[in-house]
Amino acid sequence: MKRANPRRQRLAALGLLGIPLLSFPLLSLPQGEWAGLPAPFLYLFGAWALLVGLAAVVAEGRD
Amino acid sequence: MGLLFAVARFGDARADAGRSIITANVYALSLAVYCTSWTFYGSVGRATSGGLSFLTIYIGPTLMLLFAGVIVKMIRIAKTQRLTSIADFIAARYGKSQLLAGLVTVIAVIGVVPYIALQLKAVAASLDVLLGGQGTNFLPAMFDSTLVIAALLALFTILFGTRHLDATERHEGMVAAVAFESVVKLIAFVAVGLFVTYGMFGGFAELFQRTAATPGLERLLQLDSAKAGTWAALILLSGLAIIFLPRQFQIIVVENVDESHLRRAVWLFPLYLVLINIFVLPLALGGLLHFQGQPFNPDTFVLTLPLARGAETLALLVFIGGLSAATGMVIVETIALSTMICNDLVMPWLLRSRRFGVAEREDLSGLLLGIRRVAIVAILLLGYIYFRAAGEAYALVGIGLISFAAVAQFAPAMFGGMYWKQGTRAGAVAGLLGGFAVWLYTLLLPSFAKSGWIDKGFVEHGLFGIGALKAQALFGLAGLDEISHSLWWSLFVNIGLYVGVSLWSRPDAVEAGQAERFVDVFKHAGRGTDARLWRGTASAEELVGLLDRFLGRPRARQQLANYAAGRGLDDWRSLPVDAEFVRFAETQLSGAIGSASARVMVASVAKEEDLGLDEVLDILDEATQVRAYSRELEAKQHELEAATAELREANERLRELDRMKDDFISTVTHELRTPLTSIRALSEMLHEDPEIDIDDRTRFLGIIVNEAERLTRLINQILDMAKLESGRAEWTTSEVDVAAIVREAMDSLGQLFRDKNVALEGEIADSVPVVLADRDRLTQVMINLLSNAVKFVPGGSGRVKVRVVAGERAVRVEVIDNGPGLTPEECVVIFEKFRQGGNTMTDKPQGTGLGLPISRQIVEYFGGNLWVESSPGAGATFVFTVPLPAHE
Repeated sequence: MKRANPRRQRLAALGLLGIPLLSFPLLSLPQGEWAGLPAPFLYLFGAWALLVGLAAVVAEGRD
Repeated sequence: MGLLFAVARFGDARADAGRSIITANVYALSLAVYCTSWTFYGSVGRATSGGLSFLTIYIGPTLMLLFAGVIVKMIRIAKTQRLTSIADFIAARYGKSQLLAGLVTVIAVIGVVPYIALQLKAVAASLDVLLGGQGTNFLPAMFDSTLVIAALLALFTILFGTRHLDATERHEGMVAAVAFESVVKLIAFVAVGLFVTYGMFGGFAELFQRTAATPGLERLLQLDSAKAGTWAALILLSGLAIIFLPRQFQIIVVENVDESHLRRAVWLFPLYLVLINIFVLPLALGGLLHFQGQPFNPDTFVLTLPLARGAETLALLVFIGGLSAATGMVIVETIALSTMICNDLVMPWLLRSRRFGVAEREDLSGLLLGIRRVAIVAILLLGYIYFRAAGEAYALVGIGLISFAAVAQFAPAMFGGMYWKQGTRAGAVAGLLGGFAVWLYTLLLPSFAKSGWIDKGFVEHGLFGIGALKAQALFGLAGLDEISHSLWWSLFVNIGLYVGVSLWSRPDAVEAGQAERFVDVFKHAGRGTDARLWRGTASAEELVGLLDRFLGRPRARQQLANYAAGRGLDDWRSLPVDAEFVRFAETQLSGAIGSASARVMVASVAKEEDLGLDEVLDILDEATQVRAYSRELEAKQHELEAATAELREANERLRELDRMKDDFISTVTHELRTPLTSIRALSEMLHEDPEIDIDDRTRFLGIIVNEAERLTRLINQILDMAKLESGRAEWTTSEVDVAAIVREAMDSLGQLFRDKNVALEGEIADSVPVVLADRDRLTQVMINLLSNAVKFVPGGSGRVKVRVVAGERAVRVEVIDNGPGLTPEECVVIFEKFRQGGNTMTDKPQGTGLGLPISRQIVEYFGGNLWVESSPGAGATFVFTVPLPAHE
């Protein structure tokens, strides 16, 4: 039997990580301001961009 | 728009020339057709009331794309079965059912046409804002600008969506154009974002600080935990929409030219979403702050803000961006819907009704294109009528999410179909109908009611005044927003019916076969099973006739030629009309008219025997078993090969041993005969000649005694050797002091050395650890080595030195002599039986030739080694080691 595609598994793992990271209750943690900007704004875009960056590394990197 | 035409034409030209311009980047960007004018204008509007919650619509797709395995499976299934729309996909899975295909098409059309109307409205509204300031109308009053736009869009769609009938239903020019408009709308949106954030306000920080200081607006900056349920529901909803909206399915699955492109799309498209969303909240806040105290429409902030500062060029760019967003969406959505309407609604009906004589007509490919073109115009006309009728009504504004909820109904039948073989057609129909009905009752009709088109009674008091049937608080489920409420109930009913009915119904034969092909798409590399799932008779003429009629003659002939070449034949006319050929024809037709209609058409010319469910299941089971068996067989074969190799090796060894035994016997006989011959000769002389004088007699008897002793020694050693080799030797292993053994051996042989006048010296370490060995055997080795040494050193000047060294792991004993030395070959040979040092041809043998082999056997028995280091003229050093007992 061929082993399941490791790249796809890693991407799926990122997806499973992203679900709790970008939804409640974790989203209720950033409150007030971080570095002069609203914390939720920074957190959402930060976590989201991080996820996209990791996906890029996994998808484009070598097996 | 002219530029879009140019890009699309260029893309089509390149595709026709066989050089696709669809790269991974183009594919990823074309996915951004997801961002419609609803994103472009509507997100800002949503942000003015809901703060950051608009982001859920873009986070969902990001997460969904990460599950690339699901999407790859969809692409692979669609490619192997030539499926060209989501309706076709679902219908094909559940036995190529025309009923399901039609049902999915109806749901998609009802769900999506209002969404197209929304795009038209957005274009019209943005045009109003752009021109409103000047109060001019560039068209005569009888021409409604929105109608003109709709007509232009229809024209463009017809030109590039139905240029020719392709069996794969791909439109490379259109994809290129969509990717291009994606770039345009991103640039436009980021430009206006930068302008407002940095040009009108002092950057993010200032904008946020001013918002925080404004009463009523500060709540937009924080997340509301009370909305946790809505947040999750919207992520789920948008995650499903990104693959199930007809236009998304078209772009992701149907237009995919290479599965590996998905690797780029997995991150590039989400990156696009991040970029286009960064400025949404700043724009919303900027608009709210700027237009404080004035009447405003938050949906047009992106236009009114630059206009308020007189940046008309920027406003124009924004308008073009918005127009791009609307155009891209409308074109792709319309193409996808027109394919579905043509293949899954009109064709089945036409084929059935003989009134049109469709079944007899010569070339139907033109008719197919005609139907699609009419469908495109009809869809856009419907959208326009809906736009006119709805106007500013709620039913239009909220339609984005309502559309999403409609296509989310496809999820159970799709995912179930891809991963669950037991899902049946009855289950899928029940689930879809149930979910759609709930969606209609809890979402679409209430939106009509809010627009004042129908009575609000069923929303406020429940149907027939029954409180439990309130449309947006079904069975008293309150506290959710309307979208979450509808999504929850509709998916609950949908999944429940799908699973329940599936488990209590039996699939028919075709369904069971399709279920296998869908779920195990990655395993079905061969066509063996496919071929066996169809049995019947068909004529090549009729099948080719079908292809000609639906694909057009030139295209059909080309596909046939390709297929024949794939089977290694020069001419398609010599193709055997077997199950595989029928399947090829059906697949080709399926690309043109949908899988359900294709099946009906093929069945009309081919006499298929009904296999029955049980037989199909048998064949499938058999196929699974055959796969398992072949794997087992392969393993067994490997085992067998290994065993054969082992046997061959053993055989070689046996032969070698046999040869050695023969050699041994002949050598032993020879060695025994030599002393016997001299004993016999001398005895005969003594016996026959009594006159022999006493001196000679004494000398002869001495020789006889010596030779007899040698014979005895030889026989003893041969016996010893035989015992060692057969493993019958008796060993008594005990703790042994090697140093003591060496000293004893030197003492017992001291006389021999003194007789020959050879110096013997010992260099024995003070403390030598004890080893585990047989004391007598080790003594035998030592005596052997010493007597060898004394034999080969010259008398008088000969010196023999014995060293005992305790190493880390073993005790090492060296016997060093200053004899003639050995050549490298001799160093090896002397350890073989009956081989002696020196020239045996000229010199009298000085030993039995068994001492060293026996010694080596003994040392190796205890885990040590025996070897010699020597070169000619430099003496020889015999070394043996005995390992120390392992530490506990």
